[in-house]
Amino acid sequence: MDFSLSADHKEFQEWIRGFASRDLDPGISEADRNCRFDKKILARMGELGILGHCLPEKYNGGGLDYISLGLASEELEYTDTAYREILSVHIALFCLPLLSWGTDELKNSYLPKCAAGEKIGCFGLTEPDAGSDVVGIQSHARREGGHYILNGQKMWISLADVADYFIVFAWTDLEKKKARDHSGMSAFLLERCDPGISTGSIHGKLGVRAGNTGWVSMDDVKIPADRLVGNEGEGFKIAMFGIDQGRYTVAAGSAGLIRACLDSSVKYAKERHTFKVPTGRHQLVKQMIAGMVESYEITRLLYLKAGWMKNEGLRCTLETSIAKRFACEAAEKSASNAVQIHGAYGFSDEYPVERHFRNCKAAQIYEGAREIHTIIQADYALGLREDKPLRRNLPPWPFER
Amino acid sequence: MKILVLIKQVPDTEAQIKIDPSGKAIDESGIKFVLNPYDEFGVEEAVRIKEKNPDSTVTAVTIGPERSKEAMRSALAMGADTGIKIWDDSLAGADAGVKAALLAAAAGTLEYDIIFCGKQAIDDDQGAVGGAISRLLSVPFVSNVVKVDISGGKCILQREVEGASEIVECGMPCIISAQKGLNEPRYPSLINIMKAKKKEIKEMTPAGLGVSDLASKTELVGMEPPPSRPPGRIIEGEPAQAAVELVRILREEIKVF
Ligand SMILES: Cc1cc2nc3c(=O)[nH]c(=O)nc-3n(C[C@H](O)[C@H](O)[C@H](O)COP(=O)(O)OP(=O)(O)OC[C@H]3O[C@@H](n4cnc5c(N)ncnc54)[C@H](O)[C@@H]3O)c2cc1C
Repeated sequence: MDFSLSADHKEFQEWIRGFASRDLDPGISEADRNCRFDKKILARMGELGILGHCLPEKYNGGGLDYISLGLASEELEYTDTAYREILSVHIALFCLPLLSWGTDELKNSYLPKCAAGEKIGCFGLTEPDAGSDVVGIQSHARREGGHYILNGQKMWISLADVADYFIVFAWTDLEKKKARDHSGMSAFLLERCDPGISTGSIHGKLGVRAGNTGWVSMDDVKIPADRLVGNEGEGFKIAMFGIDQGRYTVAAGSAGLIRACLDSSVKYAKERHTFKVPTGRHQLVKQMIAGMVESYEITRLLYLKAGWMKNEGLRCTLETSIAKRFACEAAEKSASNAVQIHGAYGFSDEYPVERHFRNCKAAQIYEGAREIHTIIQADYALGLREDKPLRRNLPPWPFER
Repeated sequence: MKILVLIKQVPDTEAQIKIDPSGKAIDESGIKFVLNPYDEFGVEEAVRIKEKNPDSTVTAVTIGPERSKEAMRSALAMGADTGIKIWDDSLAGADAGVKAALLAAAAGTLEYDIIFCGKQAIDDDQGAVGGAISRLLSVPFVSNVVKVDISGGKCILQREVEGASEIVECGMPCIISAQKGLNEPRYPSLINIMKAKKKEIKEMTPAGLGVSDLASKTELVGMEPPPSRPPGRIIEGEPAQAAVELVRILREEIKVF
C-alpha cells in the first residue's frame, strides 16, 4: 500500500493552487458579497484545461486520472465552494455520465467542446416538489416520431443560467410514474438553444453566493430522439451514476474547505492574544484546532480512496457516500469552530471563515442530503441494499487510447 | 526570428533562506525553486514575438544542476521550443564571469537575433551576466527594458529611468534584459505543461562547449543573514505625553528630522 501522491499529482495540485491563488483568491470576497458569478472564470478555466482535465485525450481532455479530479476539487474549494461546484457540475454530473452512458455520436459531438470549456454542462434532476425523492419528479417526455417533447420544471440547478447543455431526467412511461417504478424514467441531453427552454437564477441564498444556482423550465421542448442518453428507462440509473461522481467531488472539496478553516484558524490563534497569551495556547482552542486537523486528514484519506477505486474501475458508491457524509459534517463543524476561534472578527466578512461557514451547509443538502447518506450506509450494512451490475461503468484509468 | 532566452532557477521569493554550515551557500533542504521572475518576463516576451512571427524559434538556455530542469520545464510550458542545460559539478559556485563565458559559448553554437535575459536573478541580485555576454559576443546590450517593438530589422526599446522613459534603438542581434512591467507572464495551460514534458532539453558541459577556463575571478568568502529586526518599542503613558516622547525619539534618537 502506498499513501503518497505521485510526482504528477503533486505538480498538478500545485498548478491548480497557483491558478486559484492568481485568478480566484483576489476577487472572491467581492464576488460573494455581491452574489456575482463571473462567467470569465469559466472561460479562464476552459483555456487552461481545467474543465476537461480528467476526460480522455480522445475527447480533447487532459487525460488525467480521477484522483486529480479530487485534488482539483480540494484546491478550488480551498478558495470557495462556488468554484469547486463548477467541477462537480460540469465534469462530474455532466461529462462523466455522458462519457459512460452516451452513444459514440453523442460523445463525439458534445464532449470535446465541454473538455475545452467552450461549452458548459449542467445536471437537472431536482424539481420544485422533489429532491431526495427522485421518483417524485413530474417532468415527462413523450415520443413523437423521431423526436421527444419534454415538459417540466427543474429547480436548484447549479450553473442553470450559464450552461449551454443540460442533462435532464423525465418520465417516459407515465404508468410507471404512477406506480413510482423508476424504470420509467429517462435521461436527455438538452441545449440552451432548443426552443421552449428558459432559465433563471435563484436569489437570496445562504451561501455559495459566488456560484450560480437556478431553475430550468421546459415548455414543449422538442429534441431529436438521438439526444436520449442511455436507453429509455435508464434515466434513474444514470442520475444515480452522475451523483456518485458528483459526491466524490463534494467530499474532496470539503477537504479544501476544512483546510482553509484550519489555516485561517492557526494563523489567527497565533496572532490574537487574550489573557496575555496567544489564543492558540488555550486548551479549548487547541481542541478545536485538533478537530480540524483530524477532520482534514480523515476526509482526505476517504476521498483519495474513492478516487483510487475509480481509477481501478471498482464500484465505490458506498465508499463515496461515506466520504461525502463524513466530509460534509466535518466541514460544518470545522467552519463553525473556525468562526468561533476568530471571535467577533469571524462573524464578519473581514475574514473568510464566515463564508466557509455559510457555504458548507449546502453540501449537507445536495448530492444526497445527510440523512439520505445515513440511510444508504445503514442499508448496505443491513443487507437492504446492494450494488447491482450496471450496463455502463466509469472507464478505468489510464484511459484506452 | 531566432530568440534565445537565458534563464535561471532560483529559490522561491517566499522561501525561508538559511545559510549552510559552510557559510558560503544557502541550505537547499526544503527550499522550493522557481524560474527567476525576471527571466519569466524574458520568456513571455520571446514567446509573444514568436506568436507574431510564425517562423520564429525560442530556445531557453540555463546553467544549473539537475533540479534546474524544473525551471526549464516552466519555460518550455510557457512556449519555448527547446532547452539547453549546461552543467558540470565543477560549476557549483562559479561567478558571473564564468557563466557569461559559458552562455556566450552556447550562443555561439546557435543562430540568434535577440537574446533575452532577466535584469537580475533574485538569488544573488548581481545582474552582471547580460552585460558580460554582450562584450564577449560584441553585440549591443540594453538593460531594464519595459517595452520591445521590432520593426524594419531594428529593436525599439523602452527603458525606465529616474523620472522618465528612455527610448533606445538598436540593431540585431542584441541582448535585452527584462524589467518588471515588460509584460504579464502567462500561466501555462495543462496541455502546454504536458507538451513541455516531451520537449527536448539538450544537456551540455563546459568541455563540450570548448570552455576550459572555469576559474572564477571573484570569490565568495562568506554569507551572513541580515541582522534581525530590532523589536518594536511601545511608548506608554497618556496620549499627549506619549506624542511628546515620540517626537523626541524621532528627532534625537532616530534623527528623521
Ligand atoms: C446550492 C445547491 C445546488 C444544487 N444543485 C443542484 C443541481 O445542480 N442539480 C440538481 O438536480 N439538484 C441540485 N440541488 C438540489 C439538491 O440536490 C436537493 O436540494 C437535494 O436533493 C435535497 O432535496 P430537497 O431540497 O427537495 O429536500 P427534501 O428532499 O424535501 O428533504 C428535506 C429534508 O428531509 C430529509 N429527508 C427527505 N427524505 C428523507 C428520508 N427518507 N429519511 C430521512 N430524511 C429525509 C432530507 O434529508 C432533508 O433534510 C442543489 C441544491 C443546492 C442547495
